[in-house]
Amino acid sequence: MKRRTSRLAFMGKIEGLPVAIVLAALYIVLIFAAPSVFTRYRIYMSFFQTVPPMLVLGIGLTFVITAGEIDLSFPAVVALSGFVFTWVFKTLHAPWLGFLLALASGALVGYINGLLVARLKVPSIMATLASQFFWYGVTILIAGGLQIDVQSVTTTLIHTIFVGRLFKVFPVQALWSLAFAVFAWFILNRHRFGESIMFIGDNAEVARVMGINVETTRIKLFTMHGAIAAFAGLLLTLEINVFFPTQGEGMLLPVMAAVFIGGTSIAGGFGVMAGTFFGSYIIGSLEAGVVATGIGGYWVQLVEGLVMAASVIINVVIAGEGVSFLSRSARKWATAGRGEAGGESGDTGG
Amino acid sequence: MLCCPCWNKLYQKGTKSPKLQPGKEPWRKENVVADPPSGRTALRMVNVEKYFGLVCALKNINLEVRQNEIVGLIGDNGAGKSTLVKILTGVFPPSGGELYIADKKVDIGSYSVKKAHALGIETVYQDKSLGEKQAMWRNFFIGREMTYPLGFIKVKEEKRIANEIMVNTIGFRGKGIGVDSRASVLSGGERQGVAIGRAMHFEADLIILDEPTVALSLKEVRKVLNFVHKIKDSGKASVYISHNLADVYEISDRFIVIDRGEIVASIVKAEISLKELDQFLLEYSHGLKDRVEP
Repeated sequence: MKRRTSRLAFMGKIEGLPVAIVLAALYIVLIFAAPSVFTRYRIYMSFFQTVPPMLVLGIGLTFVITAGEIDLSFPAVVALSGFVFTWVFKTLHAPWLGFLLALASGALVGYINGLLVARLKVPSIMATLASQFFWYGVTILIAGGLQIDVQSVTTTLIHTIFVGRLFKVFPVQALWSLAFAVFAWFILNRHRFGESIMFIGDNAEVARVMGINVETTRIKLFTMHGAIAAFAGLLLTLEINVFFPTQGEGMLLPVMAAVFIGGTSIAGGFGVMAGTFFGSYIIGSLEAGVVATGIGGYWVQLVEGLVMAASVIINVVIAGEGVSFLSRSARKWATAGRGEAGGESGDTGG
Repeated sequence: MLCCPCWNKLYQKGTKSPKLQPGKEPWRKENVVADPPSGRTALRMVNVEKYFGLVCALKNINLEVRQNEIVGLIGDNGAGKSTLVKILTGVFPPSGGELYIADKKVDIGSYSVKKAHALGIETVYQDKSLGEKQAMWRNFFIGREMTYPLGFIKVKEEKRIANEIMVNTIGFRGKGIGVDSRASVLSGGERQGVAIGRAMHFEADLIILDEPTVALSLKEVRKVLNFVHKIKDSGKASVYISHNLADVYEISDRFIVIDRGEIVASIVKAEISLKELDQFLLEYSHGLKDRVEP
């Protein structure tokens, strides 16, 4: 058996490179299409302000998808954690307590998801869909459907630490989310927990016979994702200084898109943190970018769809199987008429 | 080749039993457990049983594997071989009974794959030994990573040892296969080689091979069998499960026949030829009723 390597294969070796190239290409196009916007720093500062919550959610979701599961409940956690924080802040004036309780509430939601999936064997798509409705419902109910204004949070230390402005312009949350992405990369690729997640996503039966406690790991995974989603909700709430009961709605699909165009496999088994990082910035920049080019609001979705499709195709092709498929097809076309071309046969001696 | 005897369940009355000395039929209850323990045992199961809900998968399992003994486990599909293997390897606990590893009693309540590994039991499965999309070095150490105190993996160390195993123990010379290759690029034989090399590296005292030669080419089957011979030479014990009687016969010192969740025969190799064994299994499956009450 020959193990063919393509000239494009090196791109697959560096994690997230294909999607980084897409991002760079996107910005080059935008700079030419809307120079008045994309040659100034302000638009980038606004991206650094809006993308981090999405990026944090994407990082959490990358873990879940790597494990071969899905979690649809994180938008509800974004709302719930925002409520918990603002409520504690408003009534007890204890921002750090609110912060911790918000994280704990997210972890609790995740833990329940984990129990449903790992112990009761409910398919994760169904368990977390139900959980999304339930926790949005709970949030709206206890919030009385009202938003909570916490303008005074801007004077607190917690606000400065997480969403302050470095040199008065640079949103700190961009650094937090970057650091978090790096940390998550190490957990996924260099930690025992991440390795267990990859093997479970690859083949849970293999993981089990090799001594991984599959159920416990799944529960930990969902709990962790709940806490991560709560952190994203906190970044969002702190940034906009207000909680509203439907916050997080509409984030589900963009975040999933960011993870998938980053190259993480829907089938599970491996996750691409760097890809999620660049993917989030692609998704987060597209809408504003397309509007800024002035081609009209009706074009936004069409262009978004095109960019997403292009990123995914590039990823699939570079992942190797696509490359060999293309080269096989090419050879087939080249030798068409001469019968079969290059059947994969043979046996390894080694 | 005498493989896969026709295990149909036709209970024809009046079928003759295999021609063996009267009173010494291997399927007699007293003969099943009567193997006198000589020296230490690598593994001993006493009255082990396993229920899945109300379904009885295994009962009255009394089994011994002596040190440096290769035991061939033979049985029809659904006879309970896989269940037995999974109990041995700690994937799930038995519902009752006692388990002794190297003459030490094991608490079956807390027995797990990790414990089995710690006690020197390694398993080579037919198809679920490797994570397809994972790098080779991860596949060697999954479940028992070499880590720093906080649980971060010592990648360099793992890769170095994995490379050593691949080159020295398994003898990989295939170009383009290294510790960073994904398991999916390996052929079936190479995969078993990795699983076996892994078992050897962790210095198992008892290696369980669960249908390791299914879907392998003849040449690769030979390699697996050679490896089992090596187990014997190095003084270790093994339980070998296969449908292929010729393979089982070649490498085993003793055969244990399991049917419908019970051990029905334990036959020492010296007492039976391959042809007789095959004949016995065939007639046994046809004349099931004859053996129940001796």
